[in-house]
Amino acid sequence: MQVEASVRKPLITGGKTVHDVTEDICRQVEGKPTKLWKMAFTAAVGLFIIGFMAVAMTLWEGIGMWGLNKTVGWAWDITNFVWWVGIGHAGTLISAVLLLFRQKWRMAINRASEAMTIFAVICAAMFPVLHMGRPWLGAYWALPLPNTFGSLWVNFNSPLLWDVFAISTYFSVSLVFWYLGLVPDFATIRDRATGMRRKIYGALSLGWNGAAKTWSRYESVSLILAGLATPLVLSVHTIVSFDFATSVIPGWHTTIFPPYFVAGAIFSGFAMVLTLMIVTRAVFKLQDYITIEHIELMNIVIIVTGSIVGIAYITEFFISWYSGVEAEQYAFYNRMQGPYWWAYWSMMTCNVISPQLFWFKKIRTSIAATFILSIIVNIGMWFERFVIIVTSLHRDYLPSSWAMFSPTIYDMGVYLFTFGLFFTAFFLFAKFFPVINMAEVKSIVKSSSEKKPA
Amino acid sequence: MSDSRNFVLGVYDDEDVLLSAVRKIREAGVKIDEVYSPFPVHGLDDELGYKKSRLPIAAFMFGALGTTLALTMQIWMLGVDWPMIIGGKNHIAAPDFVPVTFELTVLLAAFGMVFTFLLVSDLKPWKDPKMLDLRITDDKHVMAIDLGKNKDKADGLEGLLKDSGAIEVNDKEVED
Repeated sequence: MQVEASVRKPLITGGKTVHDVTEDICRQVEGKPTKLWKMAFTAAVGLFIIGFMAVAMTLWEGIGMWGLNKTVGWAWDITNFVWWVGIGHAGTLISAVLLLFRQKWRMAINRASEAMTIFAVICAAMFPVLHMGRPWLGAYWALPLPNTFGSLWVNFNSPLLWDVFAISTYFSVSLVFWYLGLVPDFATIRDRATGMRRKIYGALSLGWNGAAKTWSRYESVSLILAGLATPLVLSVHTIVSFDFATSVIPGWHTTIFPPYFVAGAIFSGFAMVLTLMIVTRAVFKLQDYITIEHIELMNIVIIVTGSIVGIAYITEFFISWYSGVEAEQYAFYNRMQGPYWWAYWSMMTCNVISPQLFWFKKIRTSIAATFILSIIVNIGMWFERFVIIVTSLHRDYLPSSWAMFSPTIYDMGVYLFTFGLFFTAFFLFAKFFPVINMAEVKSIVKSSSEKKPA
Repeated sequence: MSDSRNFVLGVYDDEDVLLSAVRKIREAGVKIDEVYSPFPVHGLDDELGYKKSRLPIAAFMFGALGTTLALTMQIWMLGVDWPMIIGGKNHIAAPDFVPVTFELTVLLAAFGMVFTFLLVSDLKPWKDPKMLDLRITDDKHVMAIDLGKNKDKADGLEGLLKDSGAIEVNDKEVED
């Protein structure tokens, strides 16, 4: 028997029964798409098509279409890559780490955030793939395949190759974790449906019948997967940070990068979860499942990780001075006072100052304030990556090769393309898949649901 | 061959009642075929006397396989097949092999365990779930008792299930 302390706030409001959970979540899967959904979906597909023209031009004409130059060889592409991978951290963190910590509030939000993770990682992968220029040959550069260059293998000493393994493992393990969670819920939809829908969800549900033996195995698989996914979540952004930290560029060559990147990733991931969940709960009327309590708890994670990021910025700055290395000192002086000062101060305002507003209970329990701040955090996190990448590259050791970077319309187009891709996928998910993990939420209805007023 | 099995189904709507019902019915000497639930009920596997799953062992073995494969691949490719000096390091620069080894360990452990789970639980896209009651995936727990295996207990079964807290007792014939 599961017992919750009486001081804990209920995780499900409105006196829901187990059957209500099925009805409330299946409603949008079974109903006709609403006008609002159709409009949003059309907009996302439109963005996808417009952005695709930039992708096509990049592939046709080459990377020269982007604003990169001899000095700044990495700019928007890697910024966007790290930004999307960072966003992709929240989903598996919520479902794996919070499962190990027995945090039951994860149950209402894990499904949608895992979906977000998967789509965000796909968007992230677009950038290194497109930056290859000729991605159809990319498998030879990225994977240890036998080849006709005399079996010259990929370089396992390179963090860029570690990234290939880290991102693809993270993607596939997250996908499996997500799908396994969906199986019992697909069975619920299957058993309510007839005709074609029954066939499709029947195939997706893998013949799930809810047997106790299967549930027992399922639970042990989930626990082990969570145990495997936890170090995996932390490893992904650690390895992404190695892309920079193992180089000798001033501003990159620091040991603080792995924890600092991981904290930043969780920070931006939770912000994106909030942005999406606030809209989803309003559109699908899920206020009883994704409560103010959930939003407040996520905001607390944002204060913690946002403060870690803030401390990391200050530490980095202090160490660059304390190290006595002139190039390092200049890199940080240049970030604050150089030609990209506006990017640095946007980052500081959005990432260090704005999350501190969540110390006020009124702000962290306000839907409107949370929504605005969650977007500001992700703008700030984009600037963080831009600052790290571009300001370090544009003025390095050799002043004669100093240069500026400005994006072309194709840089922007490819970025828009990933937004189109992300929202198209997310809207499809929200319409055709159960956005809340029904089976998990049902298991806490008895212990954590608000009692119906007698 | 058209074998059919006759089941008595006890339908429950509360997981705690279900747990105590399973205990009572097993104490009465009735063999429970299986219990079906809409969500995982903690402690149900213990009450039913199921052994702990050995899937974690499978995960460990697949993980160990991943570690071995990753190390063998990297050492052979960079150390044996085509040795090159990269950044003045040894051919086999062990610390550099850690990330890829870790990732492949996790990848093989996760995939190996999940596919083993699907295999032993017989979960596949074209499988007919043969639901005994469609409310199992909604909000009811169903205890299935095979009459063929409980011939001597058949008479008092309905009363026993009702006493244990079942809200309904149904009969169901299932073609094998």
